[in-house]
Amino acid sequence: MKSRTIKVDYLARVEGEGALTVKIKGQQVTDVKLKIFEPPRFFEAFLRGRKFNEAPDITARICGICPIAYQMSACHAVEDACGVKITGPIRDLRRLIYCGEWIESHALHVYLLHAPDFLGYEDAIRMAKDHPDEVKRGLRLKKAGNEIVRLLGGREIHPINVKVGGFYKVPEKREFFALAEELKWARDAALETVRWVATFSFPELDRDYEFVALRHPDEYPFNEGRLVSNKGLDIAVREYDQNFVEEHVSHSNALQSRLKERNSYFVGPQARYNLNFDKLSPVAQEAARSAGLGPVCRNPFQSIIVRSVELVYACDEALRIIENYEMPDAPAVKVEPRVSTGYGCTEAPRGICYHRYRLDDRGVIVDAKIVPPTSQNLKTIEEDLGQFVQSHLVIQKDRLQWQCEQAVRNYDPCISCATHFLKLHLESE
Amino acid sequence: MALRKPKLAVWKFSSCDGCQLSLLDCEDELLAVADAVEIANFPEASRAVAKGPYDLSLVEGSITTPHDAERIHGIRRASKFLVTIGACATAGGIQALRNFKDVKEFTSIVYARPDYIETLKKSTPITDHVFVDFELRGCPINKYQLVEVLSAFLNGRKPNTPPHSVCVECKQRGTVCVMVAQGTPCLGPVTQAGCGALCPGYTRGCYGCFGPKETPNTSSLSSWWSELGVSDGDLMRVFRGFNAYAEPFRRESEAHEK
Repeated sequence: MKSRTIKVDYLARVEGEGALTVKIKGQQVTDVKLKIFEPPRFFEAFLRGRKFNEAPDITARICGICPIAYQMSACHAVEDACGVKITGPIRDLRRLIYCGEWIESHALHVYLLHAPDFLGYEDAIRMAKDHPDEVKRGLRLKKAGNEIVRLLGGREIHPINVKVGGFYKVPEKREFFALAEELKWARDAALETVRWVATFSFPELDRDYEFVALRHPDEYPFNEGRLVSNKGLDIAVREYDQNFVEEHVSHSNALQSRLKERNSYFVGPQARYNLNFDKLSPVAQEAARSAGLGPVCRNPFQSIIVRSVELVYACDEALRIIENYEMPDAPAVKVEPRVSTGYGCTEAPRGICYHRYRLDDRGVIVDAKIVPPTSQNLKTIEEDLGQFVQSHLVIQKDRLQWQCEQAVRNYDPCISCATHFLKLHLESE
Repeated sequence: MALRKPKLAVWKFSSCDGCQLSLLDCEDELLAVADAVEIANFPEASRAVAKGPYDLSLVEGSITTPHDAERIHGIRRASKFLVTIGACATAGGIQALRNFKDVKEFTSIVYARPDYIETLKKSTPITDHVFVDFELRGCPINKYQLVEVLSAFLNGRKPNTPPHSVCVECKQRGTVCVMVAQGTPCLGPVTQAGCGALCPGYTRGCYGCFGPKETPNTSSLSSWWSELGVSDGDLMRVFRGFNAYAEPFRRESEAHEK
């Protein structure tokens, strides 16, 4: 019986190092492995013995693309342990800096990492030769997001101004004026982005996913909410460990997560969108509708449209926060450690990022657990590939390999987070 | 005759990807850089790969696996100039905290099946393995310094990245000393410049992202910190950060370890 293998040894345009192997025997896909060979870095181990207020700066170093996600999850988990809840302008500023990270990360992925697949380019630099205006628009959008992070955080990568309890220093209202003008441009550019990506052609893929995201009664989720799914999950963040389990598989340096009661699940922009469409601002909802999306979008190849809709929302929300901002009396509230365990889960650009810390009476971390978004999507990506290849066996191998890479990039996988991510092998025995 | 464009390659070892992202974060300069060089290997940005040799290789990340310890030699052989970028590549990074502990214990804390994991006992900088032409410091690196380094190597000159302390940058920007004026412990006096004295600008003490400056007097700074009421345990932790395995910081952290 004829068999073949689709192999990608070093998956490109993802953050980190991974590979993909799909084995096909006759007309049957027999094995799909997303290998993660990004070396292990042992964050959960060396967090033991560190002080509670070091967690945001240390965990930021898990990922250079989404450091805010780690800083926010760490702050909320530690504050939960210490019985502190942040409200008012400091809470708003945290949403604002998160908007900045979403804009920066989504613009990077939509324009520089994912769009080249749809238009048939190896990378955005080659794409820029034929589509200079689009690539320049993407870079300027990305820069607008980075500007928010830089103003509030001090720098774009591993910001220095975030701490447990709030910030070291908060801006005066007038410091936002120039930024607001750029964000108005960015919101228009994001709307333009939605229109642009909606014209791409999308391979078919429809599976019965379980989407998991935060849901908050009043807002599109960033830092707070309950964990919900389209299949009945509805739990507090502190119940995470009772409902999810991480497994160690031999082909990966990243742990794979699954729901204990069911199995694989799907996190990220598409999960947030499908579970929180009603909380998007009117301009973002309208953008989605005009791109032909309903309140639920299941084809993962269309994630690029959903990501663009979130770009619109993040610009819109950032402008709303800036408009209503009043400088707080103090940049942070005091947080005193106590013997306790704290839980935090926030919406990273790529989906939920869960942290748990156990502290002793001096605020020393005695135990830590961190679950990044990408390790929660790994099983779903493998399953997507299995079904996709099975239904596209007639496609020429080179093209199939490229589309497999594209299917992986639908999730904007961050292998640096999940330890690190992707290479693709399509193998026929 | 048209001049051949110099070939640029970007390589990744154990790291967070932030330093190579700095290149993509040069939103205003990126297309100009891409015009001046041939991007021959940069998997984070492109699926196209060109064969070596390369005129300039940027290396991010530290060496933590037997496979990587081999791989770096091939990259060195294929590169005319090899520049390391960021604290992982220049000092072993935050993952070098394993160097002070038993890595087997670490593996069993994080992974259910430690036998699946292949890792070295220590996380080490690139310069422990091959000759390095230039080290660009920072966790993360400063993107303007990166553009300066690219420009210098492509034009055959030495990069202009000052080796003095963060204190000089505070003076340059007119920031009042947080340690003298507010009693905030600060690593500025022993830390290499490059960030633009960010933390003091935000009323925070420097925490050493750029690693030790030339000839740092760490023990003297530690005594000043002690006078401000900082415990030995906290002194050990502050030097044991993103540049923990850089020699002067390593020695100072060990001096405060019980």
